[in-house]
Formats: sequence, C-alpha cells, structure tokens
Amino acid sequence: MNISRTVTAALLGATVIAGAASAKTLVYCSEGSPEGFDPALYTSGTTFDASSHPIYNRLVEFETGTTNVVPGLAESWEASEDGLEYTFNLRKGVKFHSNDAFTPTRDFNADDVIFSFERQWKADNPYNQVSGGTWEYFGGMSMPDLLKEIVKVDDYTVKFVLNRPEAPMVANLAMDFASILSAEYGDAMLAAGTPEQLNQAPIGTGPFTFVAYQKDAVIRYAANADYWKEASPLENLVFAITPDASVRYQKMKAGECHVMPYPNPADLEAMGADEDINLLQQEGLNVGYLAYNAQVAPFDNPKVRKALNMAIDKNAIIDVVFQGAGVVAKNPIPPTIWSYNEAIEDDSYDPEAAKAALEAEGVTDLSMKIWAMPVQRPYNPNARRMAELMQEDFSKIGVDVEVVSYEWGEYLSRSKELDRDGAVLLGWTGDNGDPDNFLAVLLGCDGVGKSNRAQWCNEEFDALIQKAKITSDMAERTKLYEEAQVVFKREAPWATIAHSTVFMPVRPEVEGYKVHPLGGHIFYGVDLSE
Amino acid sequence: MLNFLLSRLLTFIPTFIGVTLISFSFIRVLPGDPIIVMAGERGMSEERYAELRAQFGFDQPIFSQYWDYMTGVLQGDLGTSFVTKKPVFDEFFALFPATLELSLCAITLAILLGIPAGIIAAINRGKFFDRALMSSALVGYSMPIFWWALLMIIVFSGWLGWTPVSGRISLMFFFDDVTGFMLIDSLLSGQAGAFKSAASHLILPTIVLATIPLAVIARQTRSAMLEVLGEDYIRTARAKGLPPSRITYVHALRNALIPVITVIGLLVGTLLAGAILTETIFSWPGIGKWMVDSIYRRDYPVVQGGLMLIAVMVMVVNLTVDVLYGLINPKIRKS
Repeated sequence: MNISRTVTAALLGATVIAGAASAKTLVYCSEGSPEGFDPALYTSGTTFDASSHPIYNRLVEFETGTTNVVPGLAESWEASEDGLEYTFNLRKGVKFHSNDAFTPTRDFNADDVIFSFERQWKADNPYNQVSGGTWEYFGGMSMPDLLKEIVKVDDYTVKFVLNRPEAPMVANLAMDFASILSAEYGDAMLAAGTPEQLNQAPIGTGPFTFVAYQKDAVIRYAANADYWKEASPLENLVFAITPDASVRYQKMKAGECHVMPYPNPADLEAMGADEDINLLQQEGLNVGYLAYNAQVAPFDNPKVRKALNMAIDKNAIIDVVFQGAGVVAKNPIPPTIWSYNEAIEDDSYDPEAAKAALEAEGVTDLSMKIWAMPVQRPYNPNARRMAELMQEDFSKIGVDVEVVSYEWGEYLSRSKELDRDGAVLLGWTGDNGDPDNFLAVLLGCDGVGKSNRAQWCNEEFDALIQKAKITSDMAERTKLYEEAQVVFKREAPWATIAHSTVFMPVRPEVEGYKVHPLGGHIFYGVDLSE
Repeated sequence: MLNFLLSRLLTFIPTFIGVTLISFSFIRVLPGDPIIVMAGERGMSEERYAELRAQFGFDQPIFSQYWDYMTGVLQGDLGTSFVTKKPVFDEFFALFPATLELSLCAITLAILLGIPAGIIAAINRGKFFDRALMSSALVGYSMPIFWWALLMIIVFSGWLGWTPVSGRISLMFFFDDVTGFMLIDSLLSGQAGAFKSAASHLILPTIVLATIPLAVIARQTRSAMLEVLGEDYIRTARAKGLPPSRITYVHALRNALIPVITVIGLLVGTLLAGAILTETIFSWPGIGKWMVDSIYRRDYPVVQGGLMLIAVMVMVVNLTVDVLYGLINPKIRKS
C-alpha cells in the first residue's frame, strides 16, 4: 500500500460509521457501479455521478439545483453576431489533481480544452480509439457535424467555430461529455504506454480527487484542497455501491450511509414518517408519453388523436403506476425547463366527449395496439400496467386495445418504423435543460423514422423550433418554444402522460444537499453537521 | 488412477468446445441488438450504427466472428467489455474471489449442518427429529431467497443490530487486495478489527446462500442413509454385534456419501455460476450480478467469456468430484 492511500485509509478509518467528527466523511449509497471514470466514454447517470461531478469541471456548468448555465473553467464567453463562433475566456490558476503516476507541471489552459474535445472528434488523435472509445454523447449531440474547428487563440482563450448556428451550444458544453481532462496527463500516460489510465485513474480539476475504486463495492474520494473554488467542507466522500433499494433504505436507517438515490416507491410513506430521514423531492427533467403513428389512418387525423387523449385518465395512472411519485404532463417538456408554457390547458378527461368526437370523425369499431416498454424508466416505472390502464380507458369509448411488447432493443428499433402498427409508450430524460433537447429531438421533422416516434412532421411546429435553434436572444427563443407547445397541443401527436418526481432520502445531519433537476447526484457544497 | 484421471481430462476437450459454442451462440440467439440497446432512447444515425458494427466486428460472418473469438480464447484473450471497455478476463478475476469466498463459506456451512442433520433424521426415521428436520429442510428449500435475505437483514441488522447490512467489510477499513479473499486480506492488512469486520459481513450472506444447499444435502443424506441402512451387509454387521455408531458412521455413511458428494459437486457449480440474488441484496461484488447486468446490456464479450470461465470452473469441480468418487469407491476408478 502506498503512502497516500495509507493516509487516506487512516483518515477514513478514523471516521465513517464511527461518526467521529475529526474528518468529515459523507457516505453515499449509490445504486450501481460506474462503467469507468472518463465521462465522455459513457452515457449512464451512475457513471457521471462517480466521474464528471466529483472529479471534473467543464467550461460552463449547470448551477446545482437548476438548469441555469454558469461559468466553470471559462470565466466568461461571447457568441458572434452570426452565432457561428463562441469564444471562451479561461480561468487562470486552476490546478489539476495529482496521483502516484502523475504530478502536473502547469495549470489548466487552452491545450486541455482542445485535447478534451479532439480526442472525441478526430480519428487521428491518439486517444480516439483508447478504451474502445465510441464517444456516444459527443456523437449524440451532433458535435461532429456541428464543429468546424476549435482554435487556441492564446493560452487562456479558446474559440469554437461552428458549421451552423446552434443556440443550445453553450448548454451542450455544460454536459458531462464536455468534462475537461489534462492534456499533460494524457501525454504522460501515452508515453508510459498506459493510456487507459485516463479512464481508470482519473485526473481532473474538480472538488474531489479520486482515491480508489473496488469494483462493485466502494469508490473513495478526498476533498481537493487546491480547488479553484472554496474547498469542499467534506474531507472524504465514499460511494458504497448498494444495488438493492430496500437494502439502501436499511443502510440509511442503520446510519451506514447519509444519502441514497432511487428509493422504492413503496418505501416513500415510511421514509416520510421516519425521523432519521429527510425526504427531499423535485420534479424530474423528463416526460413519459404515448406516441401515435401520425402517418397511419385514422391516427393521421389530429381530431382522432385528440379524442383518444381525452379518454385517458391520467390521474389514475399517476396513482397506480407512479404511486403518487409523479405529476400529470400537459406539455412535451417538463415544468422545470425554461419556456414551459403554463397557459396551455390540458385535455380534460371526458370519455363521453371522446366517444362523441370519434363518432363525429366517422371512427367506429376502432382497434389498435399499444406498445408497452419491457423496461423500467424514471418516466415510466411500469409500462405494462400503464398500457393496461389505457386499454381499460379506451374500452369505455369503444376502442379495442391489444397490448404488445418486445425485447428492449427490438422495441427501440421497431418503434421507429414509419408503418408501425400502434401507439408506443416511451419517454425522454433531458440532457442539458434546453427545450431544443426535447422538442427538436422528439418532435422535429428530422427525427421522423428515428427519435420522433409519432412520425409527425408539422411544418408550422418545425419552423418554430428551427428558428429557435438559431436565435441567440433568450426572450425570443422562449416565445418561439411557447408557440411550438401551442401547436403541439392542438395537433396532439402524443398523449403526454407524466413527469416523474425524484425523491432523495438524506439523513438529517446532511446540510446543503440539493436535488439536481438534470438527475445528477452532486456533493460539492454539501456538509455534515456535528 | 492415472488412466482414470487422463480419461476424465480427455473429455474436457469436446466439452470445452461445446461450451464455447453454446456461450458464443446463446447471447446471439437472444433478440436485441447490443448497439441499439447501448444507444437507448437517444438512438443513433445509420452511419454511426454501421461504424460501431464494424468496430465490434458484427459486420463479419458469424463463423468468422467465432473463429476470431476462439483464436483470442486460446491466447488467453476473452475480449473487452462493450460497456466498461476493460478486458473480460481482468474483470472476471477481480470479482471471482468474492463469489468463491462466499460460495465456499456457504457450501461448508451446508455440509457441516446438512450431513449430520440427514444422518440424525435417518437414524430417527419417522420420529419427531426426522419430521422436524425434514420439514425445516422443505421450508428452507422452498424459501424465496429475496424475501429470506431481506427478512434476515431487517431482523439481524435492523432490529437487533448484530450484523452489518451489506458489503464485504466496513468502510473504515481500506487496504489493497492481495488474494481477493477478504478474510485473508483483512488478516494480512494487520489492521485491528479488520478480520472481525470481514467475518461479520459474511454471516448473513453465508446463511442465506447456504439455505437451499443445506436443505438439499440434508434430504439427500437422509435418503441415501436409509437406503444403505437397509442393505444386507449392514444387517450382517449388526448381527456381528458391531456398535451402532460404528455401523452408522463407518459402514453406512461411507457408501451413503457417494450420491451426497455428487449433489455437493452440482451445488458448488450452481453457487459458482452466480448467487445472483444473494450478491445483489448484500451488495456483494461477485460475478453473479456482473453476468446478469451484462445479459441485459447485451455485452457479448462478458456474457460469452464469463459463461465459458464459469463452465470451466464447473468442469474442474466435477472432475474433482469424480476423483473423490474414485477415492471413496475403488470400483469406480477400476471401471
């Protein structure tokens, strides 16, 4: 055992469960193991919790507890008039962590920014193929198409040049895949013949330094004393990997952990009444929906879709499927996102009116399929049950429903087909808090046959979201998205079902923990009372 | 004995090839494209999809994929996990000691309690002890593991506070793996209280994992003993006036143990193949949960590599059982 680990072990040994206050250690009972520690290589929230949040920073960051973009490693930035250039002024004096194999000789600068993006972008970068790099998020956010070049203006100024204007660009750079790694560490590991260490022994600029990881068991971090912001009041952070939600709850009760994610809905009532637990909650940045196939009759008729929407008892779904841990969705974006249109009125639940509306359109003896996902998701904890409730609702208006399901991979690919038979249950969790990330991806004409499961292409709607994409004025963008939501509600390509509520049980001694709307679990700024 | 060992070892080769074929094709027969599952709701462009297929080798004919896989296997390369991007071999052996430690403790407990329970039941056939032990064994055998484990945690960790809830050792202790066996590593670490902590973390998962094997061993021992006790040579021994304990433990038990050892061999295989529920509930970092997660994610290299390694372990256990047979019953090794 080396000296640094021995010291940390001694620190941890002095505290954790024993509760001694000499070294503050927060234990987080996480739900699973990270896939690695380089956030750009992966897409799961579990990995981001263990990597990008504690270890790294980005040029810009989401303010914890909101979707607001605030300065990170860039102190400020400006966009050019035509929206094609973004110039970032970098922070000076930011130190990278060190470990046994690496001690930085310089502070963070523009080279690190260029390295962090080019390894994901350029096939000739020596790191492009390291650790089987597939760079899913970088590709998923269309960065290869979007980026023309990244220019080092000087050591502390970087310019991103785009191929087309893209208003959500700054929010994209606050995402986990845009975490800034040390180019110097990259060179050192390449020279040592161990480039995969970037993923296994991470070096960042973030509030915690990586100490050790035992697969499927525990991850240990120590506070970064040289952090460019105020150092964390916690001295140590420990992730105790505990896959079962009931066991996490028992560990919370036994004082073996301070914070746990994803409680069982069935335990929420007991947790609320438990004096040893504070149950924090916030609406999740997600939406669960039923997408009709707008290219197949009679679902190509908005009035038919609207009538079916009126037959769905969403409150019953919230009670039964979400066990109360959700709210009815009326818009395709969640209320936590800016530009959410409060003024829109949801379709009222009225089976009689629904039946009459269907008859008025000449639709009788309708039979249809509803696709139920085979997996649990925050936006839909039990799709089969949800589909059965809808089956019952639709039977009341004379519509015969067959519930079908496929293996998850099959489900995802077959539900994209243009001639798909039936309406599909699916949903979305936001990546960057930008409305474009919901509206353009899920409902834009470009997404038909792909992520637009309603196969719905409406010129009026598409023109609004395309205009918003290239408008940098926030007030103007807000107006455009609000209008787009009006068109969406009128045309009803989906039945919007629910936004889930995120619950976070924390022990009473935990201070300053905020539920993050983007789903991450962030411990910088959290303290433990004596 | 050497011939016997060699003949058993020779059967390894076709079995090994069969295992690689099955593990290779099993995951591919399941519906679901790993790349689409990986992309999730987000999806990906057709170009990107084609690129990834080429990167993972899925664009090659299936025979050529199998050939590449086998070439790798024979060179000790089981491929790299699609998800963690780490070599399957390294991941397996990082987790396997945890499963092995727990399985060995569980099977030891099951043998130590199961065989005596079976013997007691057999010699008290039809009496209270027999009925009580066999009813308990039936309950143990039918117990849903998930429920049983949670009940144990709630009672012994929650209410009584006697045992830790989950994990392999208290977070207070932190040392490098030497053998991967926490009981041994905690002793080697020299940290005061580490061994006690590791042992206390083993109690509940061991009991839970031992429950079914214990029930099976007890019932198997009982029925084997009853059969042997009815044989002519036992009657002869009794007629010769040998003490009952000598008849039971020397004459009857030795022969009754043959089917019991068969069952134990099979049970060890089952335990190694993944005490999935036990590992999940007790946050035990072993291979059971690792394999199941990989099946859900269609992580082909992990599933086929993991299955193959487990199958080889089971084959080794079965070989050991065969050798044990030979030792117990000379007739077997001579045939």
